[in-house]
Amino acid sequence: MSTVSKGPSSDKRMPMGERHPAERAKDFNEVGRGYTPEQAIQEARRCLQCKKPTCVSGCPVEINIPAFIKQIAESAPLKASSVLREKSTLPGVCGRVCPQEDQCEKTCILAPKGAAIGIGALERFAADAERKQSAENSLSKNISPKTAHAKNAHHGGKIAIIGSGPAGLTCAGDLAKKGFTVTVFESLHALGGVLRYGIPEFRLPRTVLEQELDTLRGLGVSFELNCLIGRTKTIADLFADNFLAIFVGTGAGLPSFLKIPGENLNNIFSANEFLVRINLMHANQFPKFDTPVYVGKNVAVIGGGNVAMDAARTALRLGAETVTIVYRRTEAEMPARAEEIHHAHEEGVQFKFLSAPEQFISDEKGAVQSIECSAMELGAPDNTGRRRPQVIADSRFLIPADMAIVAIGSSPNPVLPSLTTGLTTNAAGHIIVDKNFMTSLPGVFAGGDIVSGETVIQAMGMGKRAARCIIDHLADGRD
Amino acid sequence: MKYTIVKKTLLAPNIYRLEVSAPEIARRAKAGQFVVLRVADTGERIPLTITAADTIAETITLIFQDIGKTTVMLAALNEADVIKDILGPLGHPTEMQNYGTVVAIAGGVGAAELLPVVTAFKAAGSKVITIIGARNKDLLILEPELTAVSDKLIDITDDGSSGQKGFVSNVLMDLIAKQLHIDMVYAIGPIPMMQAVSGITKTAQIKTIVSLNPIMLDGTGMCGVCRVSIAGETKFACVDGPEFDAHAVNWVELMSRLSLYKKEEKISLDAHRAECKCQNNDASNQGEITQ
Repeated sequence: MSTVSKGPSSDKRMPMGERHPAERAKDFNEVGRGYTPEQAIQEARRCLQCKKPTCVSGCPVEINIPAFIKQIAESAPLKASSVLREKSTLPGVCGRVCPQEDQCEKTCILAPKGAAIGIGALERFAADAERKQSAENSLSKNISPKTAHAKNAHHGGKIAIIGSGPAGLTCAGDLAKKGFTVTVFESLHALGGVLRYGIPEFRLPRTVLEQELDTLRGLGVSFELNCLIGRTKTIADLFADNFLAIFVGTGAGLPSFLKIPGENLNNIFSANEFLVRINLMHANQFPKFDTPVYVGKNVAVIGGGNVAMDAARTALRLGAETVTIVYRRTEAEMPARAEEIHHAHEEGVQFKFLSAPEQFISDEKGAVQSIECSAMELGAPDNTGRRRPQVIADSRFLIPADMAIVAIGSSPNPVLPSLTTGLTTNAAGHIIVDKNFMTSLPGVFAGGDIVSGETVIQAMGMGKRAARCIIDHLADGRD
Repeated sequence: MKYTIVKKTLLAPNIYRLEVSAPEIARRAKAGQFVVLRVADTGERIPLTITAADTIAETITLIFQDIGKTTVMLAALNEADVIKDILGPLGHPTEMQNYGTVVAIAGGVGAAELLPVVTAFKAAGSKVITIIGARNKDLLILEPELTAVSDKLIDITDDGSSGQKGFVSNVLMDLIAKQLHIDMVYAIGPIPMMQAVSGITKTAQIKTIVSLNPIMLDGTGMCGVCRVSIAGETKFACVDGPEFDAHAVNWVELMSRLSLYKKEEKISLDAHRAECKCQNNDASNQGEITQ
């Protein structure tokens, strides 16, 4: 049991301000406004500063949560940010996209009272304070973050990181801090992986991502774009180029489809394609940007996860008249964060539950016109503990939709595993690793969605632990 | 990585050849593979086949027709200019083996994509009869290069200004009618041409490979916009292809998906042309080009 010290706590959690749904649903600016300094201090003072903090056990990257909150309570947000940085490479990202309600805030000692500390909002506040400070510094003193840490000595040899998503960036940051010379290889023309192409700007402004990347550059991490390992270079090439160890964080970049008739009709997108067009290629600004995107009048988004919510809310922002989430179970079983579902509701996304698509129906031009669905009912729980949906006989009905987005998940990107001899994967295509995150190839480690997991923070946690294992592995090799 | 254009050539009206410095891609590129490139920060990503790779000069050769905004912008670049991003080599390489007698067919700028494949077939010991077609004589490209690596080259134009008058599919039908033994047909070019070839060889029961060029974004299997139906199963052309069994391709679907953004492509190109009056599409104005 934790020892609880008395704090000047109130029993209510400080809510974070949000832009009005009607206003925010028209643009891509951030939804949450973040705490004001006064709000942050007030919320931070509620923290009981447990001697044995239960919140930390809920954090995949082991942030010293009471310590950073204490700094905020003492009006020292930059010190709070330093505490975050001891463990996290991406605090500005985590403060926004982590499912805190299932992690640190769930294990907060105040959670049973329904008044868990707003750890996520406080993390965001501290990270944002750092970003503002660093922007001011570079303006006033002309010190770029790139040179700020340039004295970082590189003595530990070269490490290659494949993929610049959350797993890779975390692993890169931790290894660079330990003095390794780290190069991150990215296949796209921009860095960040799912943080760039997947999560929309209204949840994660790109200035936040840029700041995190600048911090990594400041640590001496270098980045190579347009490099698809497996094709442009191979794992063997990297070893030949004197990389001592390799971390594979290539993510779950292969979109799943429903495998039902009509799925390749025009105006049916994978969520990946739709979000890549907007987030990476800026199709929402066509023709200023060259990549176009189709926007339907009545958009159906199939799936119930965070990606489905992101796609639905993005479609609204592009000007769709109606956007409907089509999900085969009920709201209670939806895997998306409660906050995302709430925001989608607020902004006007409609929900059609207990509906399973059976086929897409074409108009005369080969584009989708409607989705034929079966009505479902919930049966006995399946292996995820959620009640399994089953088809109600003779219950087919049509959902009109001139655009459909399939957001039912993705599987590991097969490019690197299929082109790397000796790299073992399981039936689902995940790279198999041992307890030290090492793959079947000595010196090749892997983490993030290419191995398992599904959230940004889980990927970061794996990247972090893999970095430790890489260091141990190299130390063993020197004995 | 800086992808500098080291040589630019006008091959035919509106058809350009660029030799671009890209050491890593040049080192690994094989016949049948492609790159995805981007010309500007606001640009789109488009796939282009790698026509040749020079491991000594560390360059790759790209041949394209300026038909959309991105290719028009690419055509406006000159020697010493830099292409913003090039990712590659992508896709499965052409399978290299002695197939016996191969008829290799290209329509239009597809000849550029055929050259490395024919070279590879020939190197593996196959006998290659190459058929290239174009709208007219001026638009026939790479005839000497393809002649050099083929056992026989037959050209044909829509208007009869070179070779016979007609389409590449007519030539193929003639060869079949003359009872030439053909072990395999390889075709690359516009969809109607590949579809016509596929129809002929299906009847004649000749194994046929086509290289498909649907819309692509990332080119790494991430988005699925390039999905094609092969024997009723969805495949991603970027990572599962680009080569497929012609007789298993759903051509109607492919054609329909290719037309997805026709309207936007025109908006983009018209806006670019209006903004950039230098692009009047007249080859004689391209002063710096060596013909």
